[in-house]
Amino acid sequence: MNELLGFLAWKVLFLPLLAAAVIAFFLQARPRLAAVVSVMAVVVSFILTVVLYAQYRNYPTVVQVAIPWLSIGNLNIEFGLHADHLSLLMALVVTGVGSLIHIYSIAYMQGDRSYARFFASLSLFTFSMLGIVLSNNFFQMFIFWELVGVSSYLLIGFWYEKPSAADAAKKAFLTNRIGDFGFLLGIIILWATTGSVKFSELHSILAKNPGVLDGVATAVSLLIFCGAVGKSAQFPLHVWLPDAMEGPTPVSALIHAATMVAAGVYMLCRVSFLFDPFSLQIIATTGGFTALLAALIAVQQNDIKRILAYSTLSQLGYMVMAVGLNGPSAAMFHLTTHAFFKAMLFLGAGSVIHALHHEQDIWKMGGLKSKMPITYWTFLLGTLALCGMWPLSGFFSKDAILSQAFDQGNYFLFVIGVLVAFLTTFYMFRLFLVVFLGGAKAHAVDHAHESPRVMSWPLVVLAVASVCGGFIGIEQFVQHQFSPSAEVEPIFDIMGPFAHSPAAAFAGLLVIFFGFSLAIAIYWNATSDPIPEKLPRLSRWLRNKFYFDELYARLIALTQDSLAKVADGCDRFLVQGLMVRGTHGSVEFFGRALRLLQTGNLQTYALLFAAGVAFVICFVLFR
Amino acid sequence: MGVLMNSLPLLSILTLLPLVGAALLSFIPPEKIKFVRRFALATALLTLGLTGWLWCHYDPADWRMQFAERAVWVPSLGIEFHLGVDALGLLMVLLAAIIIPFAMLASWKITENPKLYFGLLLLLETGLFGTFTAINFFHWFIFWELSLIPAFFLIKLWGGPNRTRAAMQFFIYTLVGSVTMLLAFLAILSATGICDFVQLADLARDGELQSILFAKLGGGLFKTREILGTVLFLGVFLGFAVKVPLLPFHTWLPDAYAEAPTGTSMVLTGVMSKMGVYGFLRILLRIFPDQTRAALTPLLWLAVATIVFSAFAAFAQKDLKRMVAYASINHLGYCLLGIFAVAQVTGTSVNGPLEKTAVLNGVMLQMFNHGLTAAALFYFVGILEQRSGRRSIDDFGGLRKTAPILCGLMGITLFASLGLPGLNGFIGEFLIFKGVFPLATAAAAVSTIGLMVTAIFILTLIQRVFHGPLPGGTSSANSGAVDLTRTERFTVIPIITLMFVLGIYPQIVIALTNPTAVQMVQKLAQ
Repeated sequence: MNELLGFLAWKVLFLPLLAAAVIAFFLQARPRLAAVVSVMAVVVSFILTVVLYAQYRNYPTVVQVAIPWLSIGNLNIEFGLHADHLSLLMALVVTGVGSLIHIYSIAYMQGDRSYARFFASLSLFTFSMLGIVLSNNFFQMFIFWELVGVSSYLLIGFWYEKPSAADAAKKAFLTNRIGDFGFLLGIIILWATTGSVKFSELHSILAKNPGVLDGVATAVSLLIFCGAVGKSAQFPLHVWLPDAMEGPTPVSALIHAATMVAAGVYMLCRVSFLFDPFSLQIIATTGGFTALLAALIAVQQNDIKRILAYSTLSQLGYMVMAVGLNGPSAAMFHLTTHAFFKAMLFLGAGSVIHALHHEQDIWKMGGLKSKMPITYWTFLLGTLALCGMWPLSGFFSKDAILSQAFDQGNYFLFVIGVLVAFLTTFYMFRLFLVVFLGGAKAHAVDHAHESPRVMSWPLVVLAVASVCGGFIGIEQFVQHQFSPSAEVEPIFDIMGPFAHSPAAAFAGLLVIFFGFSLAIAIYWNATSDPIPEKLPRLSRWLRNKFYFDELYARLIALTQDSLAKVADGCDRFLVQGLMVRGTHGSVEFFGRALRLLQTGNLQTYALLFAAGVAFVICFVLFR
Repeated sequence: MGVLMNSLPLLSILTLLPLVGAALLSFIPPEKIKFVRRFALATALLTLGLTGWLWCHYDPADWRMQFAERAVWVPSLGIEFHLGVDALGLLMVLLAAIIIPFAMLASWKITENPKLYFGLLLLLETGLFGTFTAINFFHWFIFWELSLIPAFFLIKLWGGPNRTRAAMQFFIYTLVGSVTMLLAFLAILSATGICDFVQLADLARDGELQSILFAKLGGGLFKTREILGTVLFLGVFLGFAVKVPLLPFHTWLPDAYAEAPTGTSMVLTGVMSKMGVYGFLRILLRIFPDQTRAALTPLLWLAVATIVFSAFAAFAQKDLKRMVAYASINHLGYCLLGIFAVAQVTGTSVNGPLEKTAVLNGVMLQMFNHGLTAAALFYFVGILEQRSGRRSIDDFGGLRKTAPILCGLMGITLFASLGLPGLNGFIGEFLIFKGVFPLATAAAAVSTIGLMVTAIFILTLIQRVFHGPLPGGTSSANSGAVDLTRTERFTVIPIITLMFVLGIYPQIVIALTNPTAVQMVQKLAQ
């Protein structure tokens, strides 16, 4: 049976790569076929993952398959896959949501000059992402981690003629790299200390000998967390994600909302046993802070995709906070439901943008309810799910995080979480009211019509998932991973949260009510945003994202650019300066004596050289 | 067949083959340009084939010098004809054999006296082979200097506007390094009567070398063993430090690489820079382990400075060739960091040897991979220059639209140079860092700045040259840009394939280098 599982896992991983290669080499000139190949690959991967899951249910433990990849004496690195509750759940999300987004892209990207290249990159991304999910060791995970970074780079910069897209791609890659260096150093220290990078081995080493990391535990934890800070766009490396919206909208949905940005959270959950209490504290605080910061910024954005991007940041902050609060299963639960409704919101936004010929300013939309009914209804469900309305999926997963904070006695983070929930409802309904209700605010709206079926069906499927995702037992499933011995609670327990932690559940619902009311009071039938007039200073800070971009640009100019100038100037001075004084070359460096010999005539040098050699040989021989 | 081949002096044949080719080339009438090129390329490919045969018949499990040839030459001076390769030597021979035909294809369109050009390239190949196979100092030194001469003329006769100055600077710098090295070795020879690298290394390991040297040469200026040892060490060190180069002996390099014709730049960065690294690894580290250890801290920080400084300098360049030249200094800086860190005393630490082995494997891998990547980068920059007549980073833009294949393949090469996993650059750098980190934590940590800045300037290059809108007007450098021709694709695709192969499955090289690395670590063991 193990062989079957291994076989399936290899297939799941490599099908998308095969598709990417086939498209890149043979199908560049045949866009339709390229799309079919790419979609088929991810759909088959999804089906195989389901089969894998069905088979895996019979196995109580982790299943691994591996081949040796690199061996240097005692240092062995393998290329291996790892199937357990955590990786299977994530693989289902990646291939499932991925399939829908691939299908959606068929219509959304229609007519693009580089249709085939788009699908090749998307398949490459799917492969790399599955690589992260299925890796059984840190080293391999890092390799795929970087590959995901590259595919994200390629897709953000997909429209490379646009300078803003090229800038955003570069920014995303470099910002991620900063985090990745921390990650890599963390892995190297961990490796040097424990002698292993394999997750299962690390787990047993730490279980047997908890003191093995003494002295470096905090350093290792925080360095590894750096990787997540980059990939999951946590403060202070959060600046790349909003800019990444320059990529095509399906990319934003798949990579920058549902899967890739969740990779950081997934990785934290995968190695949650490594972290010491102090670093957990830091992780939780970073998450909570990011959640609040991003939610505040989202309140004053006007680009539909940017609002959603800040919302993603904020929700990722929730997940990271959950990991820091010792609740990896809550984090994974929220990751999954968030993947459903955020992917749907992005696809809905894409549908709107598509209908309005690439208009993204919400103040030039309005009144789309009657023109795009499917988009309207699904978007409403997504918004409610994101806000955490009972009984939609977001309620359950957000409640799991809030109650985790409450149970841990971390009331500070609990209050922040509730506050973020309030802000989320406010800015999401601001978006919703302005875009779909009220009168049309621009002419383009008059010609808008519902997107084709191939785009609206994925929306509907995701809507169903967003509605039901909360009570079909996802949390119980992933809890197996972190407490294998625990009793599995009944699955269809819609009222569970109220019984389990009423404070969290009611607080969550209460702030939704407040946020909703406030949004209605301000934005019902509004034609422009009243906040900038009433609260000009606050609004300016929020609109400018607290000036982080400007601050970083200044810092970079101060350090990197001036250092580069110094290095270059220093070099030029060395060369130039010596050039002016010396007759030829810059041999003056070696002193006056040698300068006397310099005639600039190569023959003379050769003669002197030969004479020197002869002299020395004579000296040696006839001494 | 096998027995016959084994009894042949294969390394001598290999070394002489390009020389014979160059000699025959001189009999071809100069107007038959096509035949000249083809003949030269055929010679280089034949050489590559023979190298491939060596690769296949090299026994990785055996760490000793293989395909060894030994004969008495000048017994009174201890000079022997002694050839042999271990994994390091073989890897470098293979690299040279790959890069030379690559450089020839890159120089295919040269019109000015192609006969001499290709002849010099073949001569250079002989010099390189000799350097990487010789085990006796004299023999080695002849080839070390021999390789300098064709390189000098290649820059001087076919280079850019400032070629004379660049060639002269290159020649004098390298020559000064060579002379100090020669003097140091003559001193050693006069004291010990030995100039075989292996024997000297064995002597040095037991600490005997220093005593012999001091007994014979001590006194006068050299009051103590340490002073004498340091002076000799510095003499040899300078020779290699200039060649690699190590800060602050690098100022010849940007000019030389930028002025040299494309094919020559490829050989300079691809193979000749490895001569220095090879020297550090084979000679300096082995014969002067105590001195290296004594000077460890400054050496490590010199390597770190090289890494960080050259990365920043590359970032400041406008000229693409100069940018790639500084990038080359940066990448070899990692090799030197690794080599110096290996000299670190680890005492009784269990992991010490393991980490050191990882580092040495990483260094060898990095040497080979850098050769491929840097040569390919110069090739691409050469194509850009040839198409547009320009090579400033500001002259381009939106090239991806007009030349997608060129940009795709050059992009892969750039990402390889950036150290992306899955391509060849990653694993070498990773192994170096993995090992150096526990051995010299602070130095490794600071060096990561170099990694970061490398990523920044490479992405900046990609963005400025490939992305953005096409620059408008007639002044745009790539308005007439055309994509890679068939010949150009044929030239570069094997190299790109190799980058992928080595990136995806580096074990094919590691399997070869590991026994040599283990052996080196054992010989260095304290």
